[in-house]
Amino acid sequence: MLMIFLLGALKWLGLIMVFVMPVASLLTWAERRQSAMMQDRLGPNRANIGSVRIWGILHFVADAVKMLFKEDFVPAKAHKTLFRLAPVLAFAPVLIAFAIIPFGPTIHVDHLFKVLDPYSAPSGGERLQIFTAEFGMLFYFAIASIANYGTTLAGWASYNKWALLGGLRASSQMMAYEVTMGLAVLGMFLVTGTLEPGAMVDWQGPNPLHWGITVQPLAFLLFFTAAIAETKRAPFDIPEGEPEVIGYFLEYSGLGFGTFFLAEFVEIVFVGALMTTVFFGGYHIPGLYQNGFYFGDWFFELPHVVVAVLQVHAFIFKVIFFCWFQLLIRWTLPRFRPDQLIHLGWKKILPMSLANVMITAAVLLWLGL
Amino acid sequence: MGERRTFVFGQKTAEELEAEAGLPTEPMRVNMGPSHPAMHGTVRMVLTLDGERIRESDIELGFIHRCFEKEAEYATYTQIFPYTDRLNYVSPMLNNVGFALAVERLLGIDKEIPERAQYIRVIVGEMARIADHLTCLGASAMELGAFTPFLWFLKAREWLYTLLEEVSGARLTHSYVRVGGVVADLPTDFSEKLGARLIDIARVLNEGEGLIKDLRIFRDRMEGVGVLSAADAIAYGWSGPCLRSTGVDYDVRKDHPYLVYDRLEFDVPVGTRGDNYDRFLVRMYEMRQSLRILRQALDQIPPGPILVPDYAVTLPPKAEVYNSIEGMIAHFKLIMDGIRVPPGEVYSTTEAANGELGFYIVADGTGRPYKCHVRAPSFAILTSLTKQIDGALLSDLIPTFGMVNYIAGETER
Repeated sequence: MLMIFLLGALKWLGLIMVFVMPVASLLTWAERRQSAMMQDRLGPNRANIGSVRIWGILHFVADAVKMLFKEDFVPAKAHKTLFRLAPVLAFAPVLIAFAIIPFGPTIHVDHLFKVLDPYSAPSGGERLQIFTAEFGMLFYFAIASIANYGTTLAGWASYNKWALLGGLRASSQMMAYEVTMGLAVLGMFLVTGTLEPGAMVDWQGPNPLHWGITVQPLAFLLFFTAAIAETKRAPFDIPEGEPEVIGYFLEYSGLGFGTFFLAEFVEIVFVGALMTTVFFGGYHIPGLYQNGFYFGDWFFELPHVVVAVLQVHAFIFKVIFFCWFQLLIRWTLPRFRPDQLIHLGWKKILPMSLANVMITAAVLLWLGL
Repeated sequence: MGERRTFVFGQKTAEELEAEAGLPTEPMRVNMGPSHPAMHGTVRMVLTLDGERIRESDIELGFIHRCFEKEAEYATYTQIFPYTDRLNYVSPMLNNVGFALAVERLLGIDKEIPERAQYIRVIVGEMARIADHLTCLGASAMELGAFTPFLWFLKAREWLYTLLEEVSGARLTHSYVRVGGVVADLPTDFSEKLGARLIDIARVLNEGEGLIKDLRIFRDRMEGVGVLSAADAIAYGWSGPCLRSTGVDYDVRKDHPYLVYDRLEFDVPVGTRGDNYDRFLVRMYEMRQSLRILRQALDQIPPGPILVPDYAVTLPPKAEVYNSIEGMIAHFKLIMDGIRVPPGEVYSTTEAANGELGFYIVADGTGRPYKCHVRAPSFAILTSLTKQIDGALLSDLIPTFGMVNYIAGETER
């Protein structure tokens, strides 16, 4: 029991410390740099340690140092406990939610350098997924709702009218889009017959024609839209909307603000991981089966360890692709108006996701699956 | 037959439902500004909000009053030019031109300005107009969250400022125009440089427009927001692109031509609905017309002097100052006393970027104006903002205020 717990903790730490946090930190730099490229300017390229400059990639270190040394201000009339708790509530759930993401195949330690049998995997092995549960996606929705408290409480506890407006906007937006998210995944659930992300990835397999994007294209679009709305970034950044209500984190400074800031980027990574898992075949590479590459009649045999390493890298590549894509959207589209956003959520995207579920169910019934 | 009652679901308004629930509500009063990201130029709005809907708004000006009008009474006519730079600080050239024309009309020499100087004034003025519209549209797009067109537009504006810097020596506060002409001739290769930049700017305009003009989100934010009828607009004293967006075809350059505008071919774009989207389009098309004016002006500009050779108004050349007693005296009198303007008063208007920029000057025969009043276009436009936003959403305030193009320098003179 202890071993299982330790192993889980180790995998979680490994995923968070080796992949999520570095990628999220680098995204703070990448966002500025990518937006600069889109806007014909240079962007941050000077942060350095001595002569080590590498395109200013160390900008996030400078950022972190700045936030650490800034005064951590608490407004006099703020609700002190909730004010302190809010950033944690916004940040922690996303990190927890990473537990359901399968970021690599099942590792069979005894068969590392052998070629696996293409039709049956050896029993046992360690799955590169921290929390495997039949209710995986539901777990994510439950956890994501907690993150909602973080933003709303931040707005309420700050004792600031603008922050309150931002917090209210955040909660109304979350409510409108979480339903859509659930219904969009329901389409995938009907097709794959499971809510467990790992099983979804297994179902999709290495054939792109079998991936979520192909079998549920509408659900992909709807889910992606709702997921971007969940990250509260443009065009869905009404809780922040700096020229309007300035944002629910208006009164935060120093690390309190830094936590919200980083939470946003961790959410980007998470949305990328979720899209990869549910709709883009997870860690699978087109044509790469557990014993090697198949392209038509052509076959190239690979040992288990090479396949595993390739697949983990495929997962990382896909996640980074989705991160890039989200940054691209953020710097292209303007912001919605709150009522238009809610209108879009309840009156357009929600009926579409309902229709998607109905049509999927009807087609499945017709095919007799 | 008993009484027949019809129940319609989903037909109740939010107010009716709230009244049934008996929820206690009270409006929230918030201070938007003077320190608020959207209140560029420091203005304060006291808003009474019902949810996010604006029930009442009160707009307060005067946070950065500059005393331009009072200062002008203590400066010679030439010394006022640097002050006019800071009126609409995004397009200082147009203010320069407007003030110079007012003084020249008072002196009665406005028909004697050398042709080359008039063309130069048109060229630098239209460049400033493009720069102003680029800033206004870019900043408004940025406030709606579209950051990319903003920076593209600012890139184009920087090209113009660089050229204006070559002309006048200063990037922003040019002080380039003088009573009786302009202070220096254009640089030798200016025409080629500007001609090349005009092509670049036209490209940037197309790119920026392509990104947001037909974008659903952008149109939803702009269309039908901040509507004002043509009659109201005239009653409030609107002018410029904002007035034309309501459908009134009035442009000082066309209706009361000054400089050489009557020799140049250009159209005046006019809106139909008077909403923010129309104001956006009018400004967008106006920039294209300005490019057209610039191309023609560059073709037509004749060689020749750039100042009237009247040494009671303009400084004599240095050679004469050092070598002749008349030149020396003229120089001394102009520097010490300023230009002696005969007693009288004048109201002179030009088409600045925001609308009709008027200077009302009363002269008493000395070298300094007795009274100098500025009719600032954005002041008149701002007065109607309350009418435009009352009952709208808080988010609608942002594009409406952005399209007013409130410039504190000219409003709070």
